[in-house]
Amino acid sequence: MALKGNLRDFSITQLLNLVNVARKSGTLIVERLPEKIYISFREGKLSYARDGMDGAGLTMVLYKAKKLSAAQVRAINERAGQMSDKELGLLLINSNYLTQQEILASLQAYYLNMLNRLFTWNEGLFHFENEVLPPKDKITVRISLENLIIEGTRKMREWEQLQDEIPSLDMALKFSERPGVNLRNLNLSVDEWKVISFINPKNAIHQIAKASNKNDLEIRRIVYSFIQAGLVELVRPEGAPLPPIQTRIAPPPGDKTEQKSLIIRIISRIRSL
Amino acid sequence: MQTVKMVVTGPFNAGKTEFIRSVSEIEVVSTERKISSVSERVKDQTTVAMDFGRISIDENLVLYLFGTPGQRRFDFMWEILSEGMLGFIVMVDSARPETFREARNILETFRAYAPTPYVVAANKQDHEDAWDIEDMRIALRLSPAIKLLPCVAKDKEAVKKVLLELLYSILEEMETSEVGSTLDRHVD
Repeated sequence: MALKGNLRDFSITQLLNLVNVARKSGTLIVERLPEKIYISFREGKLSYARDGMDGAGLTMVLYKAKKLSAAQVRAINERAGQMSDKELGLLLINSNYLTQQEILASLQAYYLNMLNRLFTWNEGLFHFENEVLPPKDKITVRISLENLIIEGTRKMREWEQLQDEIPSLDMALKFSERPGVNLRNLNLSVDEWKVISFINPKNAIHQIAKASNKNDLEIRRIVYSFIQAGLVELVRPEGAPLPPIQTRIAPPPGDKTEQKSLIIRIISRIRSL
Repeated sequence: MQTVKMVVTGPFNAGKTEFIRSVSEIEVVSTERKISSVSERVKDQTTVAMDFGRISIDENLVLYLFGTPGQRRFDFMWEILSEGMLGFIVMVDSARPETFREARNILETFRAYAPTPYVVAANKQDHEDAWDIEDMRIALRLSPAIKLLPCVAKDKEAVKKVLLELLYSILEEMETSEVGSTLDRHVD
């Protein structure tokens, strides 16, 4: 099945949300000529990223992270030019050049930088390939997407889109039923924590905005980032009166048994069509 | 003669007219017009007021299927069409992710009009660019409790399955609550 489209219509935060919630493994390929970025995921977590066909080798990543000097890069390339990234990483650790943490941190920063570039793209063709996994000789990482989604959403400033996503501030919020998401692991700002503390199906969003001293745009941004990160869901506030139109269109109550019989007759007829 | 109705809604070009046409026993009464907007010229014609199909259940009962206009500028019709419906079907074009947000908004609008049961039909599943059902569920932010059904609107059996799933939902809701009172009664 295809998972493809254009970032113009389906944003990178929405895509990351999909990958995160569905715990997808595979590679997202986004193309905006002449650029092409490959982002790989394993069970919904960022594992690897590159641009172009090959991507930078470990020595270049470490050089850009200022962990290796130009002279060291030259020396490594002369002596270990044919080594895979994994072999080279082990060599650097065993020879006390660098620690494992330093190598992983450099790679994480490199992969995140690649992903962050996508947040600035307003359009670009994308498709997701389930079968394309990172090359076996490359070092992969495991980065949770929730924080990336929230950070990426912070960068979004499209008021119209926020209005589309949250058309009414009369709605309330409830925490999503997703086991395994620990709020303590999220890097939330003070303002976002403040909003989190008011999330309850009894509180309409405009009430939360008032309590946390946020204007419409600010509260929409925060709520939208929580929705995209799969933390919360929009719900009708508990105890809120149903829309007035409902009382107008609802016909008078009829006999329940008769109505069930009517539905069963329709089912029977549709089956025989 | 007693009549009941269901509404088929969804974004522009989602396949609502085709859906009704597949099961209606009469030629669908359609109010299609040539499309004037260049941006919406994905197809030649679109529904501007409503589509209207009919299924005779027995000699005393008729089910009407109403298709809503797909373009937003005709959304004043939605409220009128939703009055007294048994339930509604939201059609979504599986191959056009750019319409998912619109589908979600339409769904929310209809839920506000009437809290009747509904199902979501992921249409055009035979299209090579069709999204996977579970990916669509996430993109549309549908909880697992909401029925999201694969559909090909020109396939009568697929359309029947969607209608039946909606009817099962209506029956379940009647059994679990007092919402059974939302049946409309008309006497011709």
